[in-house]
Amino acid sequence: MKMKISILFGALLLAATAHAKLNVVATTPDIAAIAKEIGGDKIDLTTMARPTEDPHFVDAKPSFILKLNKADVLIHGGAELEVGWLPKLVEQARNAKIIGAAKGEVRCCEGVQMREVPEKLDRSAGDIHAAGNPHFLVDPANAKIVAHHIADAFAGIDAANREFYEANAKRFMAALDAKLVEWQAKLAPFKGEHLVAYHNSWLYFAERFGLKIEIFLEPKPGIPPSPAHLATVMAKMKEQNARVVIVDPYLNRKTAETVARGTGAKVVDVTQFPGGVKGTEAGYIALMDYLVNSLAGALGEMK
Amino acid sequence: MKQNFLKWSGVWIASVLAVSAVSAQETNEVEQLRKELREMRERMQSLEQKLGNIEQKPAAVAVPQPTANPEPASAPASDWKPSDLVRATKGGAYVDVGMVATFAAGSSTAKDIEGGTQLGGHDPNQRGFTVQGAELNLQGAVDNYFRGNANILFSIDAEGESFVELEEAWLETVSLPGNFQIRAGQILSDFGRLNTQHPHSWGFVDQSLVNARFLGADGLRNPGARISWLAPTPFYSELSLGIQDSHGETASSFRSAGHSHGGEEPEGLPFGYRHPDNDRGVRHVTDLLFTPRYAMSFDLTDSQTLLIGASGAFGPNANGSTGDTMTQIYGMDLYWKWKPSDGQGGFPFVSFQTEAIVRRYELGSFDWDEDGNLGDGDGNTFVDEGVVTDSTGLTPAVLNPETVTDYGLYSQLLYGFHKGWVAGLRFDYVTGEAAAYERAGLLLADNAGGGTLLGRDPLRDQRWRIAPNLTWYPTEFSKVRLQYNYDDRRGFGTDHSVWLQFEFLLGAHAAHKF
Repeated sequence: MKMKISILFGALLLAATAHAKLNVVATTPDIAAIAKEIGGDKIDLTTMARPTEDPHFVDAKPSFILKLNKADVLIHGGAELEVGWLPKLVEQARNAKIIGAAKGEVRCCEGVQMREVPEKLDRSAGDIHAAGNPHFLVDPANAKIVAHHIADAFAGIDAANREFYEANAKRFMAALDAKLVEWQAKLAPFKGEHLVAYHNSWLYFAERFGLKIEIFLEPKPGIPPSPAHLATVMAKMKEQNARVVIVDPYLNRKTAETVARGTGAKVVDVTQFPGGVKGTEAGYIALMDYLVNSLAGALGEMK
Repeated sequence: MKQNFLKWSGVWIASVLAVSAVSAQETNEVEQLRKELREMRERMQSLEQKLGNIEQKPAAVAVPQPTANPEPASAPASDWKPSDLVRATKGGAYVDVGMVATFAAGSSTAKDIEGGTQLGGHDPNQRGFTVQGAELNLQGAVDNYFRGNANILFSIDAEGESFVELEEAWLETVSLPGNFQIRAGQILSDFGRLNTQHPHSWGFVDQSLVNARFLGADGLRNPGARISWLAPTPFYSELSLGIQDSHGETASSFRSAGHSHGGEEPEGLPFGYRHPDNDRGVRHVTDLLFTPRYAMSFDLTDSQTLLIGASGAFGPNANGSTGDTMTQIYGMDLYWKWKPSDGQGGFPFVSFQTEAIVRRYELGSFDWDEDGNLGDGDGNTFVDEGVVTDSTGLTPAVLNPETVTDYGLYSQLLYGFHKGWVAGLRFDYVTGEAAAYERAGLLLADNAGGGTLLGRDPLRDQRWRIAPNLTWYPTEFSKVRLQYNYDDRRGFGTDHSVWLQFEFLLGAHAAHKF
């Protein structure tokens, strides 16, 4: 009898702990990768945007409403990257845990030194965001800030596992610190060199690693390249000796190839999201490894 | 900007210090605050460092001293001048303000293009230019418990008269227990897909025929409330019930008095050849309009999503003299979308949407002579012009009660084939089963003892339409659309229309539902 009861109790306890996993929804795969580092097997993670998808244009699928409804934590960029699809989903999710500065709403951009915050909002300048350039997670220093936020949120909601989350965050940040030295060393030889990007999503990366990514195939953010603009780009590339064109999976690689052909440059596939390009699936550090290695490789080759 | 940030940080730190002094005994909190303070200091240090790096003038960066009595910092000096544009933006105020203005230009072979051919209240309805509407949208969090939304539409009709419509104005609960949500105010009834969408998110220049004929030129919307429940199923499924007033211009098919603008009344004959003049008023709760709906959605693959729904609308109508006639409308809708995982700016995509609607409408008995139309006033023994008579042409018609059934559907395919470019094709079909009043050989009197034979009711007769179109979205904030309508109305013949629609959006753009 005692045996039975203890088995029953044990089973109940197991069920309870199985249920105790935090339901976490992350908007983009980069945020999700950091959440995974910290949450490990103590969380059930849902990523809304796919790694190769344009994070500005994700469909507000009803299945997300269900995920958000059950979420203990929603982690989003907070800098309007998801403004076209996330707000309606959150409205329909009817979940107080993730709305309006609740403990379960993590705005990653808090504490990040946002760049390119427009002084004047003017849509004739293209698709700019009032909160500044939202692609801040390509700087590993910002990944540390985000890791900190996420660990705080997890520990605040799931106090029983506080130490687990904090240890994971510490480990992840230490790994980033160590890696950052390595990454900076790899890109140091190319300090001040110009690269060409399709869309202005690499500012934070460029600043961290001393590169210049100031020439864009898009005339303005979100505006498709015109032949006249591409001609200017090619002239600028020659002037600045820019020999590498980087392009995200959801942007038009053909345009990048045309420009590269005309200037003797090389196209490098990059991604802001783990899984966006082959070899980046393992997580945030694998992603940065890939970015640094492929850019250092291409820049070295084109020197 | 940065100076301000530092100043605010200083104020914040000072408040933290003040708070920590008060609650010294609560060690946990103090420790927490200390930790925060430490973090804040670290952050400030890193900020200062960054500022120094960025500005190359470290001396210019003032380190703010926390003040003992923090005063609210004065508002940032504004360099706004009355001649400047007022810019509304997300997050800049308690309310997001947006304006969508839609216009059309075009022509049609239809003789009744002014107010006849196009059924939708905001469809292009004349040769030349049409103001389809300038819609102001306001939304934001009301407080901790509600969010609010209002859509106010300004427009100019075919006669050049300006008008304003309160399309929607509601508050909605943020988080009720049990996964319920309540929306109350002036609301669009949750019936199918098109009815709850504002015209600027439609894939076509004009409203579908089924929606316009059964749910009304402006869509089915009225003051009321809607309660919805997110069901605990493994897939998304939502059950909702709307309860609204059943009268008014926007309760077409119900106790709508007469027809709203844009209706199909080429000869001015009322629906069912009876005057809708029998408003019974609301005496019982059953005299309200009820709209239940169930919707569910599945992700078929990573790049394909399906949403299907079933809707109903039940309420009294005001047709005939008996006073207890009801209308029942049933609808099924389906939306499928494919979007690959590496599209650029949401392109390419293919979407298919269809809605089928059936309406059962109880017509009451009606006597055309009840107001003494026969030979009154003009000293003439014939039935007055415009009165419906029986097949002899000599006696005003007495119509018996009967239930008439109408049905129809639209199906539309949209193909976003290149960033910013969408090709569309829509098929519309509506018809009604021939009813006794249509088969009775009724005449429309001509005041000379004769009349025109009335056959099928033009408000219920068969009509179909095919509309291909091409839309260019320079950005998400503007669009230009070219559409051709091949329109076949039984009894009227075939018409061709071409419309060029253009639209712009200012201010906040609310995210769209799937």
